[in-house]
Amino acid sequence: MSEEVRLMKGNEALAHAAIRYGCDGYFGYPITPQSEVLETLESEMPWETTGMVVLQAESEVASINMVYAGAAAGKCVFTSSSSPGISLMQEGISFIAGCQLPALIINVMRGGPGLGTIQPSQADYFQATKGGGHGDYHLIVLAPSSVQEMCDFVGLGWDLAFKYRTPAMILADGIVGQMMEKVVLPPQRPRRTDEEVRKQCPWAVTGKKNRERNVITSLELDSAEMEILNEKFQETYREIEKNEVRYEAYNIDNCDYLLVAFGSIARICKKAIELAAEQGIKVGLIRPITLWPFPYEAVAAAASNVKGVLVVELNAGQMIEDVRQAINDKAMPIRHYGRLGGIVLTPDEILDSLKNNFLNPEA
Amino acid sequence: MKAEIIIAGFGGQGVLSLGKILAYSGLLEDKEVTWMPAYGPEQRGGTANVTVILSDEPISSPILNAFDMVVVLNQQSLDKFESKVKPGGILVYDNYGIHTPPTRTDIKVHKIEAMEATMELGSSKAFNMVVLGAMLGLMPIVKKETIGKTLKKTLPERHHHLIPLNEQAIEKGMSLVAD
Repeated sequence: MSEEVRLMKGNEALAHAAIRYGCDGYFGYPITPQSEVLETLESEMPWETTGMVVLQAESEVASINMVYAGAAAGKCVFTSSSSPGISLMQEGISFIAGCQLPALIINVMRGGPGLGTIQPSQADYFQATKGGGHGDYHLIVLAPSSVQEMCDFVGLGWDLAFKYRTPAMILADGIVGQMMEKVVLPPQRPRRTDEEVRKQCPWAVTGKKNRERNVITSLELDSAEMEILNEKFQETYREIEKNEVRYEAYNIDNCDYLLVAFGSIARICKKAIELAAEQGIKVGLIRPITLWPFPYEAVAAAASNVKGVLVVELNAGQMIEDVRQAINDKAMPIRHYGRLGGIVLTPDEILDSLKNNFLNPEA
Repeated sequence: MKAEIIIAGFGGQGVLSLGKILAYSGLLEDKEVTWMPAYGPEQRGGTANVTVILSDEPISSPILNAFDMVVVLNQQSLDKFESKVKPGGILVYDNYGIHTPPTRTDIKVHKIEAMEATMELGSSKAFNMVVLGAMLGLMPIVKKETIGKTLKKTLPERHHHLIPLNEQAIEKGMSLVAD
């Protein structure tokens, strides 16, 4: 399969991108709004072409532990779910991070807490960027805002996961999962041979042959050793923070107000910026692409000459904490606009919030 | 060129498929396209709607609060979306089952008898293509020939014998809005 232009849903693009990357295995359990990932993999039947394993596990807990095992063997593996399912996976994710294994986890967020709704949400920002599971670890978190990025971030996620030996997460939402857009699919890559896996992942449990045995475990009963291991993790995280910050800056030159938003909500913000421009209000946007590492410097720089910052999220105010940390200026008004529980906000709501907060605050 | 459209009706009326055919046709004409469904419990009965945007420029928001064209196929959708037509924009509604017609005067309102026209064709399944015909008659969103290509590319081979019926339905829909 060569490069190809197609019309498809974001969830379908995730599946196609994984097959074409040369993925070894998918383990997952259906849940709206991301069930098309498993559906697409089942209908594409990659086990007949590339030899990729596609397995519907008995639960999300089983799925993440299958990913854990596949990753321990140096394989290129992933799972996908939506918010309640991702909560179930947190123990496994912490273990994968603790064992320094590369893996890809996709969360197509829906409204919570609890089982919540099946509609779009961004309320898992804290869970994805600040921990989720136990222990001092981070995931590399990528937030796609288009179907093309859903496709591209699968490859990027694995590239980063293998480079730093750490799990990566694609944090999407029901909008970008369910909408269809034009997407350019990459050409098919072959899956790595056993020889290539051994070379790329000398730490992996690939069958001991002419080498010392490899042990994959997160258990270390000696606290002194565990501290050394943790310090090593932190070194890796500092390196990721130095090298891998990604963001999009839109319309930020000479703007009077700054929006900060991620994922599909950043697209809705762009429409609000168009509407604002028609009324002579100059508004820019910073869209963090990596939610961890967060683009603190870019947000600070873009906010340096504006009169106010509005953080727009489908939650009650989560990323705003990172924005406040970035803008170390007590006098700068930083406000939030969000909708909750699966309600999607519209461009005019953003514009109204901007005006109510900064232009006519009395009204 | 930019067309911001929402199509709304009952689940099962072919609203999402109609949107998909429009979006795919946009793709064939090298336009940027976005298709955003309301994917909730609507799929299981009740109302369904889809936003379709076609543009020569990159598309920003898949979620909109005002549309160039609003197509509504039941009373609930009419009540919900009449206010979402941009001033000067187009509202198309199928008259079947409508008890409270639209009242706005700053937009172009087109009442169509798509359900009746579909019955004349002899297949209720062509309903959404009659509606598509009316839409194309009112706004040159994509070329009629492109729709034919889309049907060939997206329908499975075993359904290709239905393409002439679909094309006839589009013609019929266009005739409903011809002056």
